[in-house]
Amino acid sequence: MKVKAKVKNNITSVRLLAKHPMETGRRVNKETGEKIPAKYIQELTCEYNGKVVFVAHFGTSVSQNPYLAFSFEGGTKGDSLQLRWNDNTGDVDKTEARIK
Amino acid sequence: MAISRRKFLNMLTVGSAACLTLLTPITAWSAWASDAFNATQSEDAYKNLLGATETIDSDEVKLKVPKIAENGGAVPVSVKTSMKGVESISLFVKNNPQPLTASFQIPAGTIANVSTRIRLAQTSTVTAVIKANGKLYSKSQEVKVTIGGCGG
Repeated sequence: MKVKAKVKNNITSVRLLAKHPMETGRRVNKETGEKIPAKYIQELTCEYNGKVVFVAHFGTSVSQNPYLAFSFEGGTKGDSLQLRWNDNTGDVDKTEARIK
Repeated sequence: MAISRRKFLNMLTVGSAACLTLLTPITAWSAWASDAFNATQSEDAYKNLLGATETIDSDEVKLKVPKIAENGGAVPVSVKTSMKGVESISLFVKNNPQPLTASFQIPAGTIANVSTRIRLAQTSTVTAVIKANGKLYSKSQEVKVTIGGCGG
């Protein structure tokens, strides 16, 4: 997960790119003719100072390598954000991002 | 294999404790709504996620999405509003196999302005629904998906 967080005028804006195939479960492997099983991010959360500032729930029709941009009030330069996603197969990715 | 009553009860306790730990969401926010995300009809998706199918069409909901998308695989969308008391923002693509695309929860202090990229299986209406003060406000726009790489 690549995250960029920036604070300006007491508003922290976060932009992120999660590396994930976001398989819908409807695509067919052309060589074998078999369906590629669904694998997609279901939940992505962002915490700051122990408080959840953003929650995204995804279905299968979010693009591959999901992009997200959101912002919240407050945030101090140098502080960290905790981000985490989990997908339908149980995979999890966590990352920390420093506010610039 | 015979299991004594005591042992059986013990197993139950351990089992359910483990389940509870696993099921407890990381946050107090509502869990991923599988019945809404798996719904194949817009009406069912609305009902399962938001509890209602009726929304108030509002210009206060600013939905920004291109009118024509050359690549239905990654269509940029942003939704914002100046309304107060926003609880959630949800995106629906009417003609997708599963219309509910994404749902964002907006805790107090988070700004009601979200951007992402979504997939469109074909030309469809894209609808943003904002839940604010217990009411549902929406804005829709049609997005044409062109076939072929030249932008039609």
